[in-house]
Amino acid sequence: MKSLTIAAAALALTAGLAQAQTVRMGTEGAYAPYNFIDDATGEVTGFEIELGNELCRRAGLDCTWVRNDWDSIIPNLVSGNYDTILAGMNINEERKQVVQFTQPYTPAMPSAYAALSADVDVEGGVVAAQTNTIQAGHVAETGATLLEFPNPDQTVAAVRNGEADAVFADKDFLVPIVEESGGELVWVEGGETVPLGEGIGMALRQSDNDLRETFDAQISGMKEDGSLNELIVKWFGDDALTFE
Amino acid sequence: MFSYCTDPSSLEGLVWLSCYLTSGTHLLFYASFGTVLLLLALTAPVALVLGYGGAMASRSRIVPLRLFGKVYTSMVRGVPDIIFFLFVPIALDQGFEWVRHQVLCDSDLPVWQGNDFVVCPAAKLPLNSAAPWVHDAYGIFLAVIAFSVVFGAFAANVLYGAMQAVPRAQLETAEAYGMTPRQVNRRVLVPQMWTYALPGLSNLWMILIKATPLLFLLGVEDVVYWARELGGSKTSAFAYPHPDWRLYYFLALLVFYLLMTWISGRVLDRVTRRLSRGQATMGGEAQRKGAVA
Repeated sequence: MKSLTIAAAALALTAGLAQAQTVRMGTEGAYAPYNFIDDATGEVTGFEIELGNELCRRAGLDCTWVRNDWDSIIPNLVSGNYDTILAGMNINEERKQVVQFTQPYTPAMPSAYAALSADVDVEGGVVAAQTNTIQAGHVAETGATLLEFPNPDQTVAAVRNGEADAVFADKDFLVPIVEESGGELVWVEGGETVPLGEGIGMALRQSDNDLRETFDAQISGMKEDGSLNELIVKWFGDDALTFE
Repeated sequence: MFSYCTDPSSLEGLVWLSCYLTSGTHLLFYASFGTVLLLLALTAPVALVLGYGGAMASRSRIVPLRLFGKVYTSMVRGVPDIIFFLFVPIALDQGFEWVRHQVLCDSDLPVWQGNDFVVCPAAKLPLNSAAPWVHDAYGIFLAVIAFSVVFGAFAANVLYGAMQAVPRAQLETAEAYGMTPRQVNRRVLVPQMWTYALPGLSNLWMILIKATPLLFLLGVEDVVYWARELGGSKTSAFAYPHPDWRLYYFLALLVFYLLMTWISGRVLDRVTRRLSRGQATMGGEAQRKGAVA
């Protein structure tokens, strides 16, 4: 009987260990080129997916990706639906109250204003931004009227159909959109590059210190051997900011 | 899907479209229509059972049971659906995990740690290592419960009203024949009540169809999610770049929902005719006269 109990306990313990190896990675899947859905497979892909998979491979973790709406991405992390967020999430004080971040895996990426004409007044007009982003916070601090949307694509659509005068978002997100708009969208004069935030980091539950240390160590490793910079250049082009 | 789709950027016109409409994401979009139909197919019977139970409880002679029935119907009907849909699945999920935590984990750590809801890995539902489809199925399961509880309360009220509408004389006659209350219920009350319940129930069914886009709130990737996702403008980072096509996708949804309600309308008309047969209602009376003439 006793040996049976011990065997059962051992089994339960190892089963627990095996489960702990699977890390569920939360992402939005609507923020090209950071994270988006691959048309061919229906799976998420992008800079952060490739980065996350590489970090997991190095740390020997088994990772799966979970798509979640941006609106509820932090609440669902703290309630345990998944274990990390890699979703172009800038590190800032407000978010640190609720979650903890690894070190940034991108340099502080600039934001930018795009509009239908370059002379739009971004201090006094209507500016579209995604809800709960540092860009929305920034717009609220200027004199502009903030128009919030739950997903990033809608912010650009609002400018195209005249609902908003300009859109304010991460520059890397806007670059391909502006370049491929055939001159329809242009950078707002003086708003091409607005430094904002402390860089993008991976968010984890505040109680998950072990996992944060694991990922922190792997990010340091990727910074040192230059593979992180290679990834940044691969997804954001040669002009992208990289780590020194 | 097709062999010629390997390099979409070299394609044009209808060929491009045929590849576009059969891409992996589009297949998921088509599958999500199945999700909606599955939700309807599961929710409708469960809600009807809950509604029947609620109506019977509201009519019960046992006071606590009657109170329970009354409180269920009036409380759930009074709370906005959207709040219910946000509350029930989260509460259920955390409730399940809390129970599993008490049973399966031998840690003394509290479940609530600051902002975090943390249970040991073995108590996770579904387990972190479970296949993605298990997570999806679990999400749909929670959605079915949330929808059923809400629509069950409305159905309970409809059925309660229908039971009250059955002429008292019918029940009295049954009692005069010496039937027990249970027999009166089963043989006379319930078979007759449906004809009174049907207009209310068909209303509920239509509302249920229209409420399915709320699935999206629960994190289930339904037709609305995919329409928004696929319709948004796509840059060349994607295999099939295109401008903002949300209008066409939402038009397709419009057609889908109209078709659903149209078909339901036809079916419900038939059921009404079938249930009116031989009833002492205007519909039943008209059928009787038609048959005679």
